[in-house]
Amino acid sequence: MFVRLSAALLAMAVLATAGSANAQSLTGSGKLLLTGGVSQIEGAAGGGLTPWAVIGGYGSARQIGANVYATDVNTTDFDIRSTGVLIGLYDRVELSYSRQAFNTQDVGTALGLGQNYTINQDTLGIKVKVLGDAVLDQDRWWPQVSVGAQFKKNDKAALVTALGARRGKDTDYYISATKLYLARGILLNGTLRSTRANQYGILGFGGMDDKRHTQFEGSAAWLINRKLAIGAEVRTKPDNLAIAKEGAAFDVFAAYAASKNISLTIAYADLGHVVTRRQTGLYASLQVGF
Amino acid sequence: MTFIALALLLAAAPVPGQPGAATTPVIATDGKLFAEFGGREGLVKIVDDMFVNVDADPRINTFFEPAKREQTKARLVEQFCVVLGGGCTYTGKDMKAAHKNLGIQKADFNALVENLQKAMDKNGVPFSAQNKLLAALAPQHRDVVEKPAY
Repeated sequence: MFVRLSAALLAMAVLATAGSANAQSLTGSGKLLLTGGVSQIEGAAGGGLTPWAVIGGYGSARQIGANVYATDVNTTDFDIRSTGVLIGLYDRVELSYSRQAFNTQDVGTALGLGQNYTINQDTLGIKVKVLGDAVLDQDRWWPQVSVGAQFKKNDKAALVTALGARRGKDTDYYISATKLYLARGILLNGTLRSTRANQYGILGFGGMDDKRHTQFEGSAAWLINRKLAIGAEVRTKPDNLAIAKEGAAFDVFAAYAASKNISLTIAYADLGHVVTRRQTGLYASLQVGF
Repeated sequence: MTFIALALLLAAAPVPGQPGAATTPVIATDGKLFAEFGGREGLVKIVDDMFVNVDADPRINTFFEPAKREQTKARLVEQFCVVLGGGCTYTGKDMKAAHKNLGIQKADFNALVENLQKAMDKNGVPFSAQNKLLAALAPQHRDVVEKPAY
């Protein structure tokens, strides 16, 4: 997986720099530590569950930044892995690719799907900063605002439609507002997502109704020092499949940036009701940046 | 719904590109915050150490004219002292005039912040006190950083 990610990253970096005569100045680390966020479960820069308005990577206004990440969430009945790559262009546009692998473990056997039956979802993400500077505009009340889209494709469309979803691929749209209250050492984020996804899309899209649902996602983080932030997140979700209840997800996290090249996020996640029952467990995510 | 929220946000925010000269506020008056920086003597040490870091930082070590080094340090000490309520007077140029035509980018601005953070760490300034000073100085990016051409 990482070989594939590295190859994709390399290709993107080559593409991104090919058009520039002054490629060297493009790669840089002009953002302050942790201000690019970490990688959320679908690959965008943010907290663990929700995208933030920040553009990922440490590239500043005339620079390009990139990172790869791997996340594992081991819950009561399931194991969810998410791996991906992100590139931030000029602190304006963020492109991301990620794959979520939802391993049903013993539940797969119980449902007759087979032990460790795994549903995979690919997500292509784009995010564009619209206004504001979450970090530097400390004298202005308005946050940094970005809009984004996540194009999702589930590889088990036949299964998820049999479970009541309407389709196996769809697009989420979101708007995020993020602000660092530096004097208090607090970061707040609010995201509104327009979605038809069941469990992030792992159980397909649409169900009892085929309408888009506007869902709130929020994060609050407290900076302990330059390298360490702790916080909590919530992500509300539609509850749209007749056969399986779905609830909001929560986590409490600690994100540690050893340097601009490596960060580790550990969280205790309560993903709410997923298929069988409420799923809680440890979330761990490693991000390596360039 | 999403786009209504966006429209509201856009309507509420001032038009980008309007003059946004940053003011440097006085953020404390009781002397407590000033004391956390070690007073005026502490600020002199912090600014000295910051320039030791700057000189070792290839990203930005060409920006400061060596001939004006002592003057630059003195003005920075004054400015920090004013912000922290230390009762100093800033005798330098305004930030916009002082950085005109230097071609400073946001990355350079942030690099200086990092060098200042290291210097404050070295001088034992508590993290929360550091952030109060940085929050007061951060808006200067609008006067210091050259607007990109695109």
